[in-house]
Order: sequence, then C-alpha cells, then structure tokens
Amino acid sequence: MKKLDLFPDGKLDVTLLRLCHQLLENYGDFEDTVLLALQPRGVYLGRRISQLLTALLPGKTVLYGELDVTFFRDDFRRRDSVLEPNKTQVDFLIENKNVILIDDVLYTGRTTRAAMDAMLAFGRPKSVELLALVDRRHQRELPIEGSFIGITVDTLDTDHVTVELREAGGEDKVFLTEK
Amino acid sequence: MRHLLGIKYISESDIHSIFQTADNFKDVINRPIKKVPSLRDTTIANLFFENSTRTRISFELAEKRLSADVVNFSASSSSVKKGETLLDTVNNILAMKVDMVVMRHPNPGAHVFLSKHIDAQIINAGDGTHEHPTQALLDCFSLREKFGEFKGLKVAIVGDITHSRVALSNIFALQKLGAKVRVCGPPTLIPKHIGSLGVEVSYDLKDTLRWADAVNMLRIQLERQDIAYFPSLREYSQLYGLDKEILDSLKKDLVILHPGPINRGVEITSEVADSEQAIILDQVENGVAVRMAVLYLLAGAK
Repeated sequence: MKKLDLFPDGKLDVTLLRLCHQLLENYGDFEDTVLLALQPRGVYLGRRISQLLTALLPGKTVLYGELDVTFFRDDFRRRDSVLEPNKTQVDFLIENKNVILIDDVLYTGRTTRAAMDAMLAFGRPKSVELLALVDRRHQRELPIEGSFIGITVDTLDTDHVTVELREAGGEDKVFLTEK
Repeated sequence: MRHLLGIKYISESDIHSIFQTADNFKDVINRPIKKVPSLRDTTIANLFFENSTRTRISFELAEKRLSADVVNFSASSSSVKKGETLLDTVNNILAMKVDMVVMRHPNPGAHVFLSKHIDAQIINAGDGTHEHPTQALLDCFSLREKFGEFKGLKVAIVGDITHSRVALSNIFALQKLGAKVRVCGPPTLIPKHIGSLGVEVSYDLKDTLRWADAVNMLRIQLERQDIAYFPSLREYSQLYGLDKEILDSLKKDLVILHPGPINRGVEITSEVADSEQAIILDQVENGVAVRMAVLYLLAGAK
C-alpha cells in the first residue's frame, strides 16, 4: 500500500489562496455570487474558503451556505445501509446568483449532480461552477467538470483519496492511497 | 428495521436516528419547495380500515413530499364490505406492485399478522387499542424540541388509557428514551396491571399535573367503549378535564400535548387548547417530518 501526500510542505495553504484569487478574478466583489459547500466533507473546505475570501474582501459580505444532498442522491435503495442526512443551512435565495459549489473531492460527479438538483429548492441560479480540492480525472460517470481545481490526479477505482482538514480534527493533509 | 409495527419492537437508537432524520425533513417542509426525490421509485398503499383525518393526511403528505407514488384505500368504500379477508385484500393490492403498506386496522396485532404473510414493508398507523407508533414518535419529537432531552423528564398521560393506542406507544417510547411516565384517569379507564409496565398510576389530576413537566391529554374513545365506564361526560370533565383554573393554580409552564381529535370542553377547554402552553399544532407539523423520516429510513434499508 502506497500513501502519497498530495500537498506536502504546507502547499495546501498556497493552493487555497490561489483558488480564492481565481474566484476573485472571475467574480470580482462577490456581489452576485454565493458559495455553497456540500455536506458532509465539503463544508470544512467551504468554511476555509469563505474565511479567506472575507479577509480578501474587506467591507463585503460573502454569502455562504451548506447544502446536504442526501435526499437527492441517485443511489438510494441501492446501498446496503441507509444514507444518513446532514444539515442544510442556506439562509438566502440563489435566484439569479452565480453559485460556486464546493466539495473536497470530485470523483464520479454524482454528488455534484445531486447538488444541482438539491440547490433548486433555493431558486434558479444564473450560473453554477464547481470548486474541488482534488479532481480524480478519468473517473467521471457523468458529464461534469470542475472550474476551480486544487490538484488533478490520475487514479484507479481501487485508490482512495482522503482529505483531513484541521476543522475536522485532522492536520491539513490530503493523501492518495494506492492499493 | 424492516417494518414499523410498534414502538415495542424498536430500540432507543432507532428512535434517535428517526429524530435526527426528522430534523432534516422539518427543514425541508419549511422551504418554499417542500419536496425531495428520495422515494421516486417507491409505491405506497395507505390502507385505512378505520376512520382517520390527521394521520391519513399526514402520511399522504409525507409520502408525496418524498416523491413516492401513493394509492389510498378506505374500508368503508371497498370490497371489505363484501366479505373479503384482510390477507386477500392486501395481497390483491400488492399484486399491483406496491412496495410499502401504511395500515390502520381496528384489530390489535393485525400488522404483526400481516408481516408474517406478505413481502412488503409495513408501517402501523394504529391497530385498535394497541399501538400507534408514529403518533408516539411525533409526540416525543415535539417534547424533544421543548425540553432537549428526556433523562428525568416527567410526562403524564391523562384520560382514557384503556382504549388508547396513543397511551401505550407513548409509554414504550418515553421509557426507552429515559423519561418517567405517569398515567392518570378514572379507575375504570386505567388497565388493572398497567403498573407492570413500570409507570406510575394516579387517580388525582391536580396531583399529577403538579408532578409533571408535560401532559398528554387523551380523548375519551366513546366508539370503543361497549359499556358505560363513568357516569357522565360532565362528571368526567369536572374531575379529569384540564381548564384554565387548574393550569393557573400550578404556577408553572406545563407543556400540553393532545393527539387529536379534541373534544373541546370534555378533556380540555378551548381556552387551554388554544393557549401558548399547548403545542398541539406543533405536533401536527412535526407529524409530517417524523413520518417522512420513518418512510425514508424504512425504504432506504435494502
């Protein structure tokens, strides 16, 4: 078993800052743009991005929400155990806004599809883009791509990507484990 | 959990997982778009062999908000009147490819019987004087919203305990969650050996209310009473009815529940039923969320 550190030597902070600047480059002062992080594991990343952006945009408010997609997944009744839902906390409407979906790993694309379904409960967005810390290229099962990507890796089905952030009790490490 | 036949058959952790899921569904039903697609490939039959308004509408809304396909059936307008047996009726409905059955039946144990003979998942929406699990779950969910936790919580159940399925399911649920339960009513309406369930028994309403943090006021089930259990409704109301005067004399914020339908002026006066302390309409709202949680968790178990 091989364990690969995807962001060695504190590179994670640099990457997060780069992603924030890319967001600023595209969306300016975030007047018409909102962040929606996906439960359960995208929210730690989402909170970090939202803090960084707030610091980069003094005097501005960056709207941030957390979206649970459990009830919108397409694998309900196809798994052995019941999927446990998490809390959705979106205190604003996304009608006519640019939405940035945030998740830790982009893999099959199915979670993102469910998220696009789930967010419609809060309005019809003007546009939707996806930010992911890790893009597992060549593993997509749906025509979905990320716009803001931390790192792109080529993986096999048997590989595993784990994101351990401070907020979740980890120490800011992202590992690719090869079987 | 494959079926929900009664609270007796589920564990404390089952109840907590229903509550946690219900929290999420309560969020969902308070959004402008109250629907999620989870059960879009599930067909549910609501079989009501006994009258119901609240439970039936609540289940139907819960099913529709989960995107299930729903068929309704009531005994009064069906072939049951022509002499068909329960098993035949249900098997005929299942032959039309139904995945889940929500059933209310006048005979205690009808659901357990059915669960031994059919493949579909069964949810008990009331079986005679036996159990009404989703009512107990929504009562406890509402208490949880008010009090946070159940350890040491004192809950009184007042009224027609003998003929009430709500009472039995509530006793099981509250005890599993760690609350203390006392039943109160006229001696003729309290089962002789109910003490063996570990509940306190009292025949004194005022004393019971002084003891309790919350009280569940039950309706007198005249339709199930074959003989006269008390001299008159007026006397019952004077001895066991909850009115403003008693409530004020307690000098505390007693939480009042009622499973409905209310007989205003009998077990509870209008003034009390419409007061701030009564959470009767919260119970109804929570009923949909709790039933969505039960349906979701049962359907999700492959």
